[in-house]
Amino acid sequence: MSTFAITPDLVAQHQITEPEYRKIVEILGREPNYTELGVFSVMWSEHCSYKSSRLHLRKLPTRGKLVVQGPGENAGIIDVGGGYVIAFKIESHNHPSFIEPFQGAATGVGGILRDIFTMGARPIAVLDSLRFGPLDDAQAGPRNRRILAGVVAGIAHYGNCFGVPTVGGECIFEPCYNGNPLVNVFALGVAKKEDIFYASAAGVGNPVIYVGAKTGRDGIHGASMASAEFTEESKQKRPNVQVGDPFLEKLLLEACLEAMQTGAIVAIQDMGAAGLTCSTCEMGSRGGTGIEIELDRVPQRETGMTPYEIMLSESQERMLLVAERGKEDEVFRVFRKWGLDAVTIGAVTADGLLRVRQHGAVVAEIPNRELADEAPVYDRPHTAGESACPTTSRGRAGERAIPNVHDALMALLGSADICSKRYIWEQYDYMVRTNTIAGPGADAAVVRIKENGVSVAMSLDGNSRYCYLSPRAGAQLAVAECCRNLATVGAQPVAATNCLNFGNPERPEIMGQLVEAIEGMSEACRFFETPITGGNVSLYNETLGEGIWPTPVIGIVGLMQTAAPVTRDFKTPGRSIMLLGGIGECDEVHFGGTQYAKVVLNELWGLPPALDMDYEKRVHDAMREIVAADLAESAHDVSDGGLAVAAAECCQGGVGAALDFESDLSPEFLLFHEGPSRILIATASPDAVAEIAARHGVAALRAGITMNDRLVIGNRGTARISVTIGSLRATYEGSLEKQLCP
Amino acid sequence: MKFGVIVFPGSNCDHDAWFAVNHNLGQRAEFIWHDSATLGDIDAVILPGGFAYGDYLRCGAIAKFSPVMAAVRKFAADGGLVLGICNGFQILVEAGLLPGALMRNRNLKFICREVRLRTETLDSPFTDAAEPGQILRLPIAHGEGCYVADERTLDELEAEDRVAFRYLDNPNGSMRDIAGILNAGRNVLGLMPHPERATEPLMGSSDGLVIFQSMVMAAQPAALQL
Repeated sequence: MSTFAITPDLVAQHQITEPEYRKIVEILGREPNYTELGVFSVMWSEHCSYKSSRLHLRKLPTRGKLVVQGPGENAGIIDVGGGYVIAFKIESHNHPSFIEPFQGAATGVGGILRDIFTMGARPIAVLDSLRFGPLDDAQAGPRNRRILAGVVAGIAHYGNCFGVPTVGGECIFEPCYNGNPLVNVFALGVAKKEDIFYASAAGVGNPVIYVGAKTGRDGIHGASMASAEFTEESKQKRPNVQVGDPFLEKLLLEACLEAMQTGAIVAIQDMGAAGLTCSTCEMGSRGGTGIEIELDRVPQRETGMTPYEIMLSESQERMLLVAERGKEDEVFRVFRKWGLDAVTIGAVTADGLLRVRQHGAVVAEIPNRELADEAPVYDRPHTAGESACPTTSRGRAGERAIPNVHDALMALLGSADICSKRYIWEQYDYMVRTNTIAGPGADAAVVRIKENGVSVAMSLDGNSRYCYLSPRAGAQLAVAECCRNLATVGAQPVAATNCLNFGNPERPEIMGQLVEAIEGMSEACRFFETPITGGNVSLYNETLGEGIWPTPVIGIVGLMQTAAPVTRDFKTPGRSIMLLGGIGECDEVHFGGTQYAKVVLNELWGLPPALDMDYEKRVHDAMREIVAADLAESAHDVSDGGLAVAAAECCQGGVGAALDFESDLSPEFLLFHEGPSRILIATASPDAVAEIAARHGVAALRAGITMNDRLVIGNRGTARISVTIGSLRATYEGSLEKQLCP
Repeated sequence: MKFGVIVFPGSNCDHDAWFAVNHNLGQRAEFIWHDSATLGDIDAVILPGGFAYGDYLRCGAIAKFSPVMAAVRKFAADGGLVLGICNGFQILVEAGLLPGALMRNRNLKFICREVRLRTETLDSPFTDAAEPGQILRLPIAHGEGCYVADERTLDELEAEDRVAFRYLDNPNGSMRDIAGILNAGRNVLGLMPHPERATEPLMGSSDGLVIFQSMVMAAQPAALQL
């Protein structure tokens, strides 16, 4: 074994605490060697072990009647009928994307795609949730623009070449992401129910086969990097970011799916974070077996690699699989056809140990279960998460100047959070595989499954302004909005995945945000019957002591019969416009988290909008019934920027509207408050819509009529806003590019 | 009628072409692996979109050396119908079956959107079912679709009525708004837009069908009536 001296300094460099080190010694019954220390350090890193969040993640609902596979595998699996299932998950690639935006984002896409096809599912959709610092930030603006350009190009590069459509997502800007952009990638695939594959090794003596790219020195300690705050030295970690090869991944996809059909594959797992280490010990742990490998047989890109480097490398586009003994040749034949390296590097054993040899000598020997599943779990101290924001606006409501709501609407419509993201999504092939029936820009993306006549609707949501004011309420509002997006296109939400992006959990106030957000998300996911089937936690999103706002992102999938979906834009002049859910309530406290407060007042205060989950759900039920009865010619949910922005977005297709309300709310509250549970519908049958709404006990206001040329919004007959469609479109469509290329 | 869809390593619109032919056109399609020496008993060849061999070099520069391309060349020389879509167009150009080159888009970015094309000639087995000047709404999805050729070649293409389609709103900087061209024998068509992605209302357009229907009419006039 290696004789590298294990000093307290070396242990500390591996971000292993003293108690953790004592536990390692206890598990091994001796001191670890250098390789073993490295292996423990990645498996017990925050990124791989969830040691700070695991205790609280248990609170999330994970079961449901359609759930085939919950958390713990590479992806969650839902039954979608007709003998088919979908596999989906969201994952972050935040830290690498800050250090090297293009490759960081590209390999983020690559990693989540492997998680999907490793389960036997062919990826059919990708969505991205992105957060950047403001593009016009006085200091960080140029860097933020460069990061955005790199991230978008990286996602496009990988997804387009691989051949998976990028069909939706969100992109939001706040100063807290200046030094900490977030790149969360969601992927979804489809498989036959009987063809699901798991990552659980079995069958003593079965060969362990390595497939795909050669192992190099890239990405060593990537998982540990993602488990620490950024400092000035982080920029020196660039070699830790891997380089993606989407062509190789495409070959890997086709070869794996074809090899799975031979019946010779027992288990399969991709080599993602922590590479060979993670795939061997997790497959062994899940199957209750041991795994022995010989590093001399691992295909290597560089000479002279040490066991430490080979075990910790995060080179991309690699898979590990267990085949049935005697049938290896069938597997090799398929991989040869696709021009891929596939070699037997070891075998399944009965002793429960991960045994690693090099030149025949044992260089590491660790019990799989303890390594993979017995990482320390911490109940970190957490405070209740008092908001750091004032409870009221600096310029109190009564004292604020009477707003020019026309200018406010145009400012909001052109603001980076709200404006059209066409500049981004036109760089993604959102149609390949010809399944996309609602693509980017829609309330929810909808992708059909050709095989069974069912379509999958997907939406990602997260609002860090709301979560900063109240992590619990913000997380609930994200779940509610996500479900509302699905209802708007007519889909029934069935399951969810989450990506929890937070700062340093060793700070009690950050830990408090995490706990509150998880609990809020749990309550809402239970209520809306969307069990969480997997996800990802990304902590230590801090640079130079500056943490991000709490950013839990939820991805929800829904099901519907395949049909042309209801879309956002008004289509025909002369249709009735109805506001399902009603105008809603708003007061000064609940106005402080709105886009109006951000863009027009440059403030943040109070609480996020109030949510009545029971009412919200009834709005969704009514909406789905309206869609099913084919009564909605268009529909759009009211969210960021409130009613006026929602109406302006509906006008982007070229048809305008005249709206008038009966409300005692002040003009800015009426037009821009962000109360949930509201959907704008254009219909030729307002009575039938009203009847359905009444049956579900929700309001359905007759708000006006669609017309040519203009958007007019008034209150009690007095027009507050009157603007041409051309002007709305120019502002909405042209704004992002102007900000990116000032 | 039977279409052969060539599958190169890295093709990713192969299944889309296959599905469009089998399900939306009502004809048969089968896949042909890139290292086949022969094409089998097919009536037309489709070179689908994608990133053959990753396209890390010039697009199509490696695919042209695939064993199957010798068979495609022979098939074309014998008058067989060859349709190259997107990456397939790039490969046909690299293989010398069509003139010119496809360079990076003017804005240096990948562009995915629906565009409008004007049908420039009906005198081809890919367009003879269209109306004169018919406008087609088809998607594009490419990073390198800017068609370039020297002046003499461009003049020749126009003089010989070999420009099949032009963009109404040129998205990528293509010379003379060219979106698709024919070879001298008029039996090879390359175009950057994706007709296979516009073959049913659910995809937002069925305008691509006319290209496939023209091919069926040309190859098997009786087949359409079946």
